[in-house]
Amino acid sequence: MAEVTITGLKKNYGAYQAVKGIDLAIPDGEFTVLVGPSGCGKSTLLRTIAGLEDITEGTIEIGGETVNDMRPRDRDVAMVFQDYALYPHMSVRRNIGFGLKARKFPKADIARRVERAAAMLGIGPLLDRLPRHLSGGQRQRVAIGRAIVRDPQIFLFDEPLSNLDAQLRDDMRGEIKRLHLEIGTTMIYVTHDQIEAMTLADRIVLMRDGRIEQQGSPLDLFERPATRFVAGFLGSPKMNFLDGEVVRGPEGGIRLADGTVLRLAPARLDALRQGPVVLGIRPEHMSRAAGEAVRPGFVRLDTTVDLLQPTGARTYATVGCAGQSLVAELQAHDVGEVGAHIVLDIDLRRASLFDATSGKAL
Amino acid sequence: MTVPSARPPRPVRRGRRRFGAGKLGRGLLIGLFILFVLVPLYWVFVTSIKPSEDYLAVPPVWFPAAPTLGHYTAALFAYRGLDGLINSLVVSTGATILSALFGTAMAYSLARFGTGGQHLSFWVLSQRFLPPVAIVLPVFLLYRNLHLNDTRFGLVLIYTVFTLPVTVWMLFAYFRQMPPSLEEAALVDGCSRWQAFWSIAVPLAAPGIAAAMVFAFIACWTEFFFALILTGRNAFTLPTVFRAFLGFQGAQYGEASALAVVSLLPSTVLGMLAQKHLVRGLTLGAVRG
Repeated sequence: MAEVTITGLKKNYGAYQAVKGIDLAIPDGEFTVLVGPSGCGKSTLLRTIAGLEDITEGTIEIGGETVNDMRPRDRDVAMVFQDYALYPHMSVRRNIGFGLKARKFPKADIARRVERAAAMLGIGPLLDRLPRHLSGGQRQRVAIGRAIVRDPQIFLFDEPLSNLDAQLRDDMRGEIKRLHLEIGTTMIYVTHDQIEAMTLADRIVLMRDGRIEQQGSPLDLFERPATRFVAGFLGSPKMNFLDGEVVRGPEGGIRLADGTVLRLAPARLDALRQGPVVLGIRPEHMSRAAGEAVRPGFVRLDTTVDLLQPTGARTYATVGCAGQSLVAELQAHDVGEVGAHIVLDIDLRRASLFDATSGKAL
Repeated sequence: MTVPSARPPRPVRRGRRRFGAGKLGRGLLIGLFILFVLVPLYWVFVTSIKPSEDYLAVPPVWFPAAPTLGHYTAALFAYRGLDGLINSLVVSTGATILSALFGTAMAYSLARFGTGGQHLSFWVLSQRFLPPVAIVLPVFLLYRNLHLNDTRFGLVLIYTVFTLPVTVWMLFAYFRQMPPSLEEAALVDGCSRWQAFWSIAVPLAAPGIAAAMVFAFIACWTEFFFALILTGRNAFTLPTVFRAFLGFQGAQYGEASALAVVSLLPSTVLGMLAQKHLVRGLTLGAVRG
């Protein structure tokens, strides 16, 4: 087990800058998820930690030792790849034991460790099969087995679940989390799937365009996004954004495009400057209006349903608001029908506000 | 739910008759093709065991009444066909092994590290566009100075150079479609780049290497031009022996046919042994497994 410290890391491919300066300290035993859209540099960052990519600038330390010029095999890391990267010409047993053999472990020790890893992952009966005779989920388990059998300092996962179907992905996600609880090794996990990031991480590092946009605990990022980008990236369905303008004074609030003013608590309004802002409302912070009186901190929206997307337990309703569209997450049987009139209460206490130009949270 | 069919069903009898005719036509075509391929081979074989007076007999003799192996002994010993055969085997095998060794390393380097930028790989293939006649004279002069003329080693060298472009090109396609993550997994697992190449990339490319080796071997086995110019009494190969059968006195059809049958054997055996790999090796670049 070891901590990872990255300082001023840059990675260029010719003129293209994939990673533009990353400072990151990952404590020993933490499950860190690097998340972000395609091309944000998260996989490149992971590969530089593994030693599969050279770095242009900066330092990477694993367990207090600078590993910039160290070969991948000397870094004592294990990696699980997106396409599993199982050796097709070797049985599951040889696949899992390959790293130990390459490191010249005694044969008896290899056999014992392979059996133990296989038992841990429930793939004991598959040990003599070839990878092509396994299902996607089984292959993924073998890939994880190959990583844990070596007992490395750090585990690196590069989008390991993205080739699996939805059901299997949910199961494997749980297994990876359980694995981390059991062995407690530092894990760095790359994904573009925000659900994976939220469910697995002790800490999320959200990347954008080669830089860290925000890092923190999953709930911290979800509830207190530092930028509009973070707010939009985490959460499904994603946060609604309404363009508006801050209006100060006793009747002040956020004025939307059609002139409607959404009243804000005076304390919150006082902290804002006059000018354009973006109001962020999560779909789950909207509900069907109950009772005549509007609860304090809420605003009432009288609108019509444009689209309904039932998911079973909840239904996503798209409604119009000041010439823009909002998605509300409502109780499944509490939504009426498309084209029908609907009255919604929006919890403005939990709404986010962002600077219209910089996108920073206000 | 039943979907009404757009057309009334076809009468069964007509369909059956058409199927029968199609099968017959296909059989005929295949039969003709087999005849086209096999008759010349049979003719060569039968000529190799015919007595000389039957060569040009009218009507042709399809089944010689008194078959003889005399042409074989003459071709192999009197005309030194056996020496040519041994030289051909040594030279072709040597060049094939060298071509596979260098070709695999070169193709891997081109595919994985982009060695030489985007043009080197095409330049390698373009060497194949060069007609041998364009370089044979300088090679001859060079060989004379280096005392490589009429040596097996000299021929192995030139054949390696001559087969390398196709070997590299075939394996380049092979390595390029192989996911780099396999070797990366090996690097993280504890291998050096060299170990990852040998224990992961090479075994996976084995079908491609086998296919490339068969191609290289056959190219060397049938090569005539370099052998003609660069060899003399010592290192001459099988194809050059055939010159001796066409003389002022007429043609030695029996001996020529006997040697042709002998020269067919290695490539046929090789083709049969490598058939499985050959098909995979030639198609794997196109189809993702």
